[in-house]
Amino acid sequence: MTTTATRPAGQRPRAAIAAKTLRTDRWWLAPLLTVSLLTLWVAYATVRAFMQKWYWVDDYHYLTPFYSPCVSTGCVPESAEFGRFLPNWPIIPFAAVTLPFLLLFRLTCYYYRRAYYRSFWASPPACAVPDGHKSYSGETRFPLIFQNAHRYFFYAAILISIINTWDAIVAFHGKGGGFGFGLGNLVLLGNVVMLWAYTLSCHSCRHIVGGRLKHFSKHPVRYRAWGFVSKLNAKHMQLAWITLGTLMLTDAYVMAVSAGWISDLRFFH
Amino acid sequence: MGEKRNFRVWRGDDSSGQLQDFQVEVNEGEVVLDIIHRLQATQAPDLAVRWNCKAGKCGSCSMEINGKPRLGCMTRMSTFEPTETVTVTPLRTFPVIRDLVTDVSFNYQKARELPAFAPPAGVAPGEYRMQQVDVERSQEFRKCIECFLCQNVCHVIRDHEENKPAFAGPRFFIRAAELDMHPLDARTDRKDMAVEEQGIGYCNITKCCTEVCPEHIKITDNAIIPMKERAVDRRYDPIAWLGSKIFRRDQLDRPAGYATTAVASRPNAGTTSSPAEHAAAAGAQGDISMNWHREAAVGHAAPVGPDGKLPVTEFTGELAGAQSPFGDDVAFPMAVQDITYQHPTKPDEH
Repeated sequence: MTTTATRPAGQRPRAAIAAKTLRTDRWWLAPLLTVSLLTLWVAYATVRAFMQKWYWVDDYHYLTPFYSPCVSTGCVPESAEFGRFLPNWPIIPFAAVTLPFLLLFRLTCYYYRRAYYRSFWASPPACAVPDGHKSYSGETRFPLIFQNAHRYFFYAAILISIINTWDAIVAFHGKGGGFGFGLGNLVLLGNVVMLWAYTLSCHSCRHIVGGRLKHFSKHPVRYRAWGFVSKLNAKHMQLAWITLGTLMLTDAYVMAVSAGWISDLRFFH
Repeated sequence: MGEKRNFRVWRGDDSSGQLQDFQVEVNEGEVVLDIIHRLQATQAPDLAVRWNCKAGKCGSCSMEINGKPRLGCMTRMSTFEPTETVTVTPLRTFPVIRDLVTDVSFNYQKARELPAFAPPAGVAPGEYRMQQVDVERSQEFRKCIECFLCQNVCHVIRDHEENKPAFAGPRFFIRAAELDMHPLDARTDRKDMAVEEQGIGYCNITKCCTEVCPEHIKITDNAIIPMKERAVDRRYDPIAWLGSKIFRRDQLDRPAGYATTAVASRPNAGTTSSPAEHAAAAGAQGDISMNWHREAAVGHAAPVGPDGKLPVTEFTGELAGAQSPFGDDVAFPMAVQDITYQHPTKPDEH
């Protein structure tokens, strides 16, 4: 009997295909969009974080999330709910206590990792498109092995979400005191709801609330919590982008009202 | 009679090859594999392609269609423009044998390196009891048809051949996750194995495996990331480690009635009985039972190679065709005393 099948003798070559990729669709569109939108957002956030003005609407007690909590000695006293202890230097953002953790939470987020590895690092730019690097060690070595610390930034993000929630509550403030309610409150509330949804949909959160268990049947409450987080988790990518949008919108709204470019639409007082 | 469409198919072997153009008839409702078969029947009778079920369930006809890893039998021709040239190439990540057929034994090698389900001590086969909620996460991964599209698309090995020894690939991460989430698996070192032996740290979760999976398994979200998080618990998280020591979570997670998480060993001669003895004991209650503790006859040596392992594929084995799962030297029908099965009988028939 003859056979064409032979025993493998060492390394055998792959098919000799000259083209680097044979994809005919617009695979470059998604990484291009990601790079453009993320760059735009980071530029806006950087400018705003260091601007040190137009972050507080004194009449209605609106505080933008980019300055929350306002803990610099440069903060308007009414905006500083948690004390003022950071030195007032131009290179230190007023919310320098929380901003680094928020940045690291998003930087180590499993969705953002996918987004920037693909778009900024081209590793790979799209599926079945060769990555642009000679060697590759993934997240096995310094510094990328620190992506494993994501859960700690998740814990920090929970605390920061509580602070943001507090900001949204104290913002129900009327001109001259008492209860007040305006369009800015809806913007702040919408932002906080989305921030909670994004934070709770985190993959580390899913693991912590129940994913790490081997026996769901022994932990019915955690199993239900895991089911809830799993549903949110399926939308993690959408929530990641939505929260970038709501953060920017909220900040821009507070800035515009604070600078007097627009006036807040008041429903009550 | 259908219309003529343009096709480019990679033809060649491990020495050389090129894309060859074809004009071929396409009819309504056909898939790419149908067109490949038409090419075989008409213009290229020696075109090599691996296929089997034509229903997206065997995982044989993996190929790259217009640069995307797909199953030939699940890619409808209606998804292409009538004027579009459809390019069909073999999987890039594995060595080519001929035309569209590649040698995927890398995957069998990796499968062999992953320890199988480890039975828990103190629970005999046939006495395993699991809650549905405990196993449904693992059941998603059982949908895998082993088409190896995820292995092929993963840039860790697709673009970096040198990572092949250190990296097991998405298909085996879902297998590792399946076993680590299994309520009765007794191994406690699967998280460490995922890092040290499977190289899960190489994965940068760019999700191409999930994108190409024809069974729509959420490979990244439901297997790789949970496995990464489990590895973090074990290796990078001092708080989780401390918590498990203080609250003894390792015992909490153990199934009821377990004395130890040790891996079960083969029953020794002292606990075994002959089928007849077992039947007599069980027959007293008149129930239907199997003697799972019977010591099976020792099998003959398996036809292993110099590395002490079975051949990865039938191509590399001594015998034509697949090996018998019972051992190639086992003759059927087996002698009655060698059979575990006990035919159910009513008590009054004794």
